[in-house]
Amino acid sequence: MSVLVLVEHDAKSIKDATLAAVTAAGKLGDVHALVAGSNVGAIADAAAKIAGVAKVLVADALHLDHELAENIAPVAAKLMDGYDAFVAPATTFGKNIAPRIAALIDVMQVSDVIGIEYANTFVRPIYAGNAIATVKSSDAKKVITVRGTAFEKAPAEGGSAQVEKVDAGASAGNSEFVSMDASESERPELTSAKVIVSGGRAFGSSEQFHALLDPLADKLGAAVGASRAAVDAGYAPNDYQVGQTGKIVAPEVYIAIGISGAIQHLAGMKDSKVIVAINKDEEAPIFQVADIGLVGDLFKIVPELTEKL
Amino acid sequence: MKLLVAVKRVIDFNVKPRVKMDGSGVDLANVKMSMNPFDEIAVEEAIRLKEKGVATEIVAVSIGPAKAQETLRTALAMGADRAILVQTDEEVEPLAVAKILAKIAEEEQPGMIILGKQAIDDDNNATGQMLAALLGWPQGTFASKVEAASDNVTVTREVDGGLETVKLKLPAVVTTDLRLNEPRYASLPNIMKAKSKPLATKSPGDYGVDIARRLEIVRVTEPPKRQAGIKVGSVDELVDRLKGLGIAK
Repeated sequence: MSVLVLVEHDAKSIKDATLAAVTAAGKLGDVHALVAGSNVGAIADAAAKIAGVAKVLVADALHLDHELAENIAPVAAKLMDGYDAFVAPATTFGKNIAPRIAALIDVMQVSDVIGIEYANTFVRPIYAGNAIATVKSSDAKKVITVRGTAFEKAPAEGGSAQVEKVDAGASAGNSEFVSMDASESERPELTSAKVIVSGGRAFGSSEQFHALLDPLADKLGAAVGASRAAVDAGYAPNDYQVGQTGKIVAPEVYIAIGISGAIQHLAGMKDSKVIVAINKDEEAPIFQVADIGLVGDLFKIVPELTEKL
Repeated sequence: MKLLVAVKRVIDFNVKPRVKMDGSGVDLANVKMSMNPFDEIAVEEAIRLKEKGVATEIVAVSIGPAKAQETLRTALAMGADRAILVQTDEEVEPLAVAKILAKIAEEEQPGMIILGKQAIDDDNNATGQMLAALLGWPQGTFASKVEAASDNVTVTREVDGGLETVKLKLPAVVTTDLRLNEPRYASLPNIMKAKSKPLATKSPGDYGVDIARRLEIVRVTEPPKRQAGIKVGSVDELVDRLKGLGIAK
């Protein structure tokens, strides 16, 4: 069986979620990687070094810049003539493009896969993670997106795949990239951080959220996350949001501060190795999933914790 | 321009889903059902575009059981003009839903189709993208801002690294994210008025779409449960524990 993995990159480097997708794809068969973009020679070379990648296909053209689904999907769909399965990371990048490819080749996508039982049988969360479904695909070819936290990352070094240029197609001419308002941060990305400190509505304001959490995150080399309540209240930008409708994370240590633990938040972080909860309400649901809990006032605890670490 | 909005009847988002004992799925008997929250946002956005004078007519479509009529009546009460129910008791997968919607789009010729980015039951996040592919239209997924003009729409998208803005030629497909808007509640007079708005009932066969499942459910189980751990009594104890985990010096 041969599998095509869509590489997620930002024209400078390959995103970690790709490495997990390579591991998942490796369970299905021989892995080839598709790098699509503009001026992506260096990305293709980096993809060739990923352990487990046998071949890298490069579609390099101006109209493939910024990963517009309208332009990438036909390129990948055409390549699928020669593959049995297509795998993309279940990030906003993969979620945007993979279903478009699936429809073009008349395949029902299996979204957000967390386990692979056989080449046609996949495990995925449904109902915001409140149930786990095992589904068997009857399509001749498979299109799946995989949750990065559910698979080990393939080593970024060690491979030596050959790189081959492929037809980059033509621009669909119906969409254009306007701008990217990137959240600038010196900190690690939420989805790849080893430690995450995450704040809830209990912080009371954007100022207090940052004044208390940022120094703690800096001490721990951690990423900063937030509950939906904190994001909706305007304390943190939307891409900080951890939860079913935000980011799904699974760090070594997740420190939830002033977060009560709504179902939708738990769905986004309950696969963390160790969960630490700090909350003034000892009945808060977050304590039911926390490995280490501390009941008390976060406005006293967080500064003291930051100082003593 | 005409707008098409797709709405799905799903378990109410406040209800905790229970897995059936026989592992065949989630128990939906006697459970409160509502419009998928992301679809409510889609209906709201369509109404706002009509209020701004960009859109002239809103057609709401649902594919599901007879009771999905209630969901469509909700959309009509919010402000949609008419509704189409494609009635079936089968669970229809996103690919088949997209095929039916594509046929309806060919008939109705909307300038834009707005859908929720995902349904909160099967969490596929695929229908809008598949529909755009089948129609050959551009797609603005996970929208947090929509600015429509006569022949194009500018969509701000919630992506992993921040906010991305794309400009799409109409006709286009837009899928909604949570922060796009806050859906209105239908007023009582509007709920009454909605009862007399037109609602056409069709079947998947009317559109020549095969809705046979491609994904067979092997089993549905409860997720593994986490055990509650220990509580510590002080910050010093917490610091010791964190050091024990190797994340603090």
